Amino acid sequence: MFKITERTALTDNEYQIWLEAPRIATKAQPGQFIILRIDEQGERIPLTICEADASAGKLRIIFQVIGKSTAQLAQVKTGMSLLDVVGPLGKPTEIKNYGTVMLVGGGVGIAALFPIVKGLKQAGNRVITIIGAKSKNLLILQEECAKYSDELILVTDDGSLGRKGLVTEAMADVLQREPINQAWAIGPSIMMKFCTKVATQFNVPIYVSLNPIMVDGTGMCGGCRVTIGEKIKFACVDGPEFLGAEVDWDGFIQRMRQYHPEEVTAYQAYQVKQVH
Amino acid sequence: MPKRSYNKTPMREQAPEVRQHNFKEVALGYNLQEGQLEASRCLQCKDAPCILHCPVMIDIPGFIKQIKEDDMEGARKVLNRYTNLPAICGRVCPQEKQCEMVCRLGQSKKFEPVAIGKLERLVADWSLEHPEESIEITHDKGKVAIIGSGPSGLTAAGDLAKLGYEVVVFEALQTAGGVLTYGIPEFRLPKQIVQKEIDQIVAQGVKIETDMVVGKTITMDEIMEDFDACYIGVGAGTPHFMGIPGTDLTGVYASSEYLTRINLMHGYEFPHYDTPLQPAKNVVVIGGGNVAMDSARSAKRLGAETVTVLYRRSQEELPARVEEYHHSVEEDIQYNWLTSPVEYIAGDHGQLVGVKCIRMKLGEPDESGRRRPLPIAGSEFVVPADTAIEAIGQGANRVMLDTFPELATNRWGYVQADENTCATSVPGIFAGGDIVTGAATVILAMGAGKIAAKEIDQYVQNKQVTTTV
Ligand code: FES
Repeated sequence: MFKITERTALTDNEYQIWLEAPRIATKAQPGQFIILRIDEQGERIPLTICEADASAGKLRIIFQVIGKSTAQLAQVKTGMSLLDVVGPLGKPTEIKNYGTVMLVGGGVGIAALFPIVKGLKQAGNRVITIIGAKSKNLLILQEECAKYSDELILVTDDGSLGRKGLVTEAMADVLQREPINQAWAIGPSIMMKFCTKVATQFNVPIYVSLNPIMVDGTGMCGGCRVTIGEKIKFACVDGPEFLGAEVDWDGFIQRMRQYHPEEVTAYQAYQVKQVH
Repeated sequence: MPKRSYNKTPMREQAPEVRQHNFKEVALGYNLQEGQLEASRCLQCKDAPCILHCPVMIDIPGFIKQIKEDDMEGARKVLNRYTNLPAICGRVCPQEKQCEMVCRLGQSKKFEPVAIGKLERLVADWSLEHPEESIEITHDKGKVAIIGSGPSGLTAAGDLAKLGYEVVVFEALQTAGGVLTYGIPEFRLPKQIVQKEIDQIVAQGVKIETDMVVGKTITMDEIMEDFDACYIGVGAGTPHFMGIPGTDLTGVYASSEYLTRINLMHGYEFPHYDTPLQPAKNVVVIGGGNVAMDSARSAKRLGAETVTVLYRRSQEELPARVEEYHHSVEEDIQYNWLTSPVEYIAGDHGQLVGVKCIRMKLGEPDESGRRRPLPIAGSEFVVPADTAIEAIGQGANRVMLDTFPELATNRWGYVQADENTCATSVPGIFAGGDIVTGAATVILAMGAGKIAAKEIDQYVQNKQVTTTV
């Protein structure tokens, strides 16, 4: 059992939990994820590790409520335990000194981006971070990203904080201004697809972190397969990071919708149950 | 004493019309009377060929004699000497290709062989209902790690615990059992039976740690430091895809995912359980092994109107167990022999709407001795389908292997291990089951686990002698 030691609401539908998982905390590296299961009936939910505190044996996870399972996870209380937590899964980000790097995060993807920002800064890179959300109160981890960035650009759709518009526009401005050795983008698939487009226009290699539907997370089922450079890869073991330019985005986005009707049914049934 | 009947004593089954709509076990088992009747058919051969054809060399005439004499306790004792998982073996072993194939009774034209598997199941089920007092064993001979809690790992674990070792089994998933838990469906192998047999192994002092991905959560180096020896029985573990166009359409599955969603995650009980499956009307299953049968029969139970198996060779070459094939036909599973898929056809939203196939003919035999299927040009046709399940085999999972390059593998990526000792290129590390042989059967994996337990015992004892000297 894995005890929740802290649970905080960051925004209306984004939550942060700290949980006890000492073995995973000592092994976790930027870019890796865990799979958790709340209870016996639960799905295996993949979530990126936002921070690992090896000495305290704890993991920090930030997630957004998008369906039944995440809604249920948002209801956990401090002191409660999760039935299963397994990890750290996936290949870690290659942290080294690239020179100048650009990191772009959108929405809850900022939580997955943060450990990479931190790692790259500590590895001596000049770090330019761009984070965006719909509006001011949804823009998470601003201070922490600022701490590990040489330059932090905030972007909101409605202009309530920082630049008004899309992260891709901010990206293009920076790319025009100075040479970037390596870029990362983590966020909604559509955002990553367009970030790839912009980076590619400037001939800058860009990594994206894919989060397809998963079951085991250990390469055993093939459900998380993505087409990368015409080849079938399993995001849980070959990724989650891939070069954005090699991703078959349309196929990826389609597969993300595979269980949409079932997800809606389950979420509605859960909400009805919560009300009664 | 009734006259010895020509045929096996029939086992009661759920009727096909009924069982098509539920996941409950198909074969209902013998009662004691039926068991005794069947046991009386055994000739009690002195140099019994069935024993030699059992991968774990169970004294088959021995336990059958005890059934006949109404001594179930005695029958259990015999079985327990050879196997830790008899209720599982009695259900899923391919007896028709092993013990029953060489049964002397069955050699005469008129007689069917003794139903050895069904009798094993009878004793094992009885045993689960009449649990033994566990005898206290001290586990002070050494510490052994087992990676993977499938049939191979569990067998090695049970044997090593009996020999007096402290045993820890590491399992990546949330539930122990490996393929017995995520792969073989409830209607063929109830999960409660699997759990009970695992519980008995745990009662012998074996510790199972779930949610432990070796290579990720714990490294091989840590294991080597903490344990005197280690057995790798992780299974093959990664699905192959044919790689035809359209593989990333929604509705296309590897059987590993399809069956894991159903068995491990209880997808057939959605939304009571959270893991869904896509509802399907027309299902195509590709492959001809037991996994293909399991997928097809599961799809039927989930409500598919048509389920069609595509197999590239003819019925004669079908690798699945005959019994499973017959059950599937009774359940209205259709077969398209000499057929291979060439493309998945997409609908408007990237979903599967049909499988384009081609007819095959059998050419010259290949290395495996089976005639090689060759496509017949211009014979393409489309089978409408909203779900396609590829059950075409597995390769070696790299998660652990990649973190431990010292361990030699062969050209297919499987671990190199001596067939007779399970020893690998690294001293103290043994390996067996599908990660060595490629996908095979539960009982062969168990056989390797037994050998490994014996060899590990020897290895640890020798090592202790040398280190004390
Ligand atoms: S989630 Fe099963 S292989 Fe990746």
